[in-house]
Amino acid sequence: MLKWLNFPEWLPENASTFGEGVDNLFVLIYWITAIVFIAVMAVLIGFMIKYRFKEGRKADYIEGSTTLEITWTAVTTVIVFGLAMLSLPQWNRLKIPSQFPSSPDDVLVQVSGKQFNWDMTYPGPDGKLGTDDDLTLENQLHVPVNKVVHVKLTSEDVIHSFFLPNMRVKQDALPGRTIDVWFDATKVGKYEIPCAELCGFGHSGMLGYLNVHTDDAYAKWVEEAWK
Amino acid sequence: MNDHANESHDHHHEESFVSKYIFSLDHKMIGKQFLIYGLIMFIVGGGLALLFRWQLAWPDKPLPIIGVSQEYLDEGEVVSGADKMWEKWGEDDEENWFERTMHAGIIGPEFYNALFTMHATIMVFFVVVPLLVGAFGNFLIPLMIGTRDMAFPVLNMLSFWTSVLGAVIMMAGFLVPGGHAAAGWTGYAPLSSVPDFTGVYWGQNLWCIALIVMGVSSLMGSINYITTVINMRAPGMTYFRLPLVIWSLFIVAILLLLAFPVVASALALLLFDRMAGTSFFAAAGGGEPLLWQHLFWFFGHPEVYILILPGMGLASEMISVFSRKPIFGYKSMVWAMISIAFLSWVVWGHHMFQSGMNPALSMGFMTTTMLIAVPSAIKTFNWLGTLFRGSIRYTVPMLHSLAFVSMFVIGGLSGIYMANSPVDIHIHDTYYIVAHIHYVVFGGSVFALFGAIFYWFPKMFGRHMNATLGKIHFWLSFLAFNGVFFPMHILGVAGHRRRIHNPLDTDLRGPGGMEIQGINEFITICAFILGAAQIIMLVNVFWSMYKGRVAEQNPWHANTLEWQAPTPVPHGNFDQIPHVYHGPYEYSVPGADADWIPQTQADGEPSHGEPIPAGATAD
Repeated sequence: MLKWLNFPEWLPENASTFGEGVDNLFVLIYWITAIVFIAVMAVLIGFMIKYRFKEGRKADYIEGSTTLEITWTAVTTVIVFGLAMLSLPQWNRLKIPSQFPSSPDDVLVQVSGKQFNWDMTYPGPDGKLGTDDDLTLENQLHVPVNKVVHVKLTSEDVIHSFFLPNMRVKQDALPGRTIDVWFDATKVGKYEIPCAELCGFGHSGMLGYLNVHTDDAYAKWVEEAWK
Repeated sequence: MNDHANESHDHHHEESFVSKYIFSLDHKMIGKQFLIYGLIMFIVGGGLALLFRWQLAWPDKPLPIIGVSQEYLDEGEVVSGADKMWEKWGEDDEENWFERTMHAGIIGPEFYNALFTMHATIMVFFVVVPLLVGAFGNFLIPLMIGTRDMAFPVLNMLSFWTSVLGAVIMMAGFLVPGGHAAAGWTGYAPLSSVPDFTGVYWGQNLWCIALIVMGVSSLMGSINYITTVINMRAPGMTYFRLPLVIWSLFIVAILLLLAFPVVASALALLLFDRMAGTSFFAAAGGGEPLLWQHLFWFFGHPEVYILILPGMGLASEMISVFSRKPIFGYKSMVWAMISIAFLSWVVWGHHMFQSGMNPALSMGFMTTTMLIAVPSAIKTFNWLGTLFRGSIRYTVPMLHSLAFVSMFVIGGLSGIYMANSPVDIHIHDTYYIVAHIHYVVFGGSVFALFGAIFYWFPKMFGRHMNATLGKIHFWLSFLAFNGVFFPMHILGVAGHRRRIHNPLDTDLRGPGGMEIQGINEFITICAFILGAAQIIMLVNVFWSMYKGRVAEQNPWHANTLEWQAPTPVPHGNFDQIPHVYHGPYEYSVPGADADWIPQTQADGEPSHGEPIPAGATAD
């Protein structure tokens, strides 16, 4: 039974550096909401039993209590602002390009959504997109483990959404715009890249794969790819 | 017809069938028309949901009863009557709409997209708004503020028939070539703005037109509500003596009035893009896809509160009456609703955290969104406070109201996850949001609505609904509802995307690598139980209209003005316009002989009634 109520258990395996920060926020909110829910339900059910209709007992005439109103307004406000403050650094780190990590070792790739595939374009040996040695693969994203990956995300037709459940990444891909996304995979493996925004009749089956390689395997893949 | 009308007027001062039941100007009849219309659309919207739930649980299997048999698919041999039907239809699949959209009784992806698009569109615009705002707004506002009718009765009648026109246009979309709108109820451009992206032509156009027509109906209604509440309150009915449900409808009318023009212009731009070759939303022509999202959600978020605020108002009435206690913190309840309404204008960006909107805006939208927890908490705690030291009667409306409170708590709390933008990254556009919206709008608004139908039925139709059927319907709905929507939370956390045709397309796993398609099957079974339970409700409503126990004038011993009017309520509502001396929730006042004091009872006047006898609690 508890398995069904323990939401954090259901998160997909985390395989990115910043995923833990996001998951910690999830767990924090989970406990806040769980405690509030249990408390409210306990009071509700308690009142429902205790104050049910009984012959000869009249309800008490109570119009309200200013102290209580101020208390629960203040407490909720404090929790809300506290949560917002805790969330800000996580959000900025994930989404604001000026705060992204950057080093010469980083990997660059362009991802473009189109009905109903992900085009992954690699810059090739010169490290620049839009040159002759670019390589485009359908639905296969190859990255080395423990390296920052910068994704230039765009779309050719409708809005798609680049969803990496195991990296805790989701970003809509917009036609006519390029959006910067980054992640840093910490575990070798093959992960799914579904499209999370309705993009037409093939939306359900729009699925790419993220292949996280060891450094050696990645070097080998690069060698094979640009042979 | 004319002769008949004259005759009636001469002899009985009655109206003709047409002016009494069809183009009625009486707010009560218009309210009942909205009620029947909303219930019919409810069946349509719910039926669409059952169709796509089948596909989600058993992907690409033919539908039961109307689909072909598995043997027919495997071997081409006719086994059942349904097989024969599809064999015949298969021949002219160019023309046959059913065959084209649902080949051999299997829901294909194009039709699937139309199904969930139309399920949401119908439920939001043609069920919850007509029922909560149309039916109860019309029926209750004049009665509860103590006046004879709406300020503009003709406008009121037009509002109803305009919304019927909207529904007819919307339904017509199912029959046009290319199928119905399939870009989601949110209609994100450019998927919705360029026909080639979905293959849907007239379906999406009709969707836009129907929503504009529907909005015009809402505008007419809201102008009427606002004018009536401001100008036509009975003597002594000050703003702070208004019942909370009237406050909620008044606030909702203002929200509708302000929000609708925004979506109407967005829909018009979308139509231009589709039909006149403009590119407001298409990046290829220099347009901006996010413009649609901003316009839609600037309307859409107030719209969400339009769906829940009347539920809050209805539940507040019933909780106070059946606890035999004043609403705890009446004024803070009013201010909480007003603050929810204000906040609803500054939170729309939370739908767009992952949309590519400037990420620096998210902090602001996250804070305003989470601030909605404050008035929501105030309301919840005040409902609890109303139960405190009450004398609670477990009538059918009270059961629904308590369900409303507990389901609204779950819906409110699950909202905090998505309001938090980093957490939203993972659960955005998954089943988590599906669970959340249904806990608020179904668990919240619709349970309050069921309770309200039961509670006001005696005043509407002069008869009681059956309490036993009511309780069976309540418990089945309550359990099945939670069986459908609670598991969607965990599906969402696991990463189950919304709006997908086949959940098996991705390899979703639960804790320990468990398969989770079984959860989808469980949800669908519960959904069928939930759907079947509504048959009980419909039977109860229509049977009770004619055969129910005849209702007395004030069966619940309630204070508000509608219960002081005769049953059935005559044209013009009151013999004399009532004078109001009290707030609406003077229950169990110390020293009074009865546990209720009608709003019309002056101080020192003898009381009108006795406390509810124990035997009456079963209703």
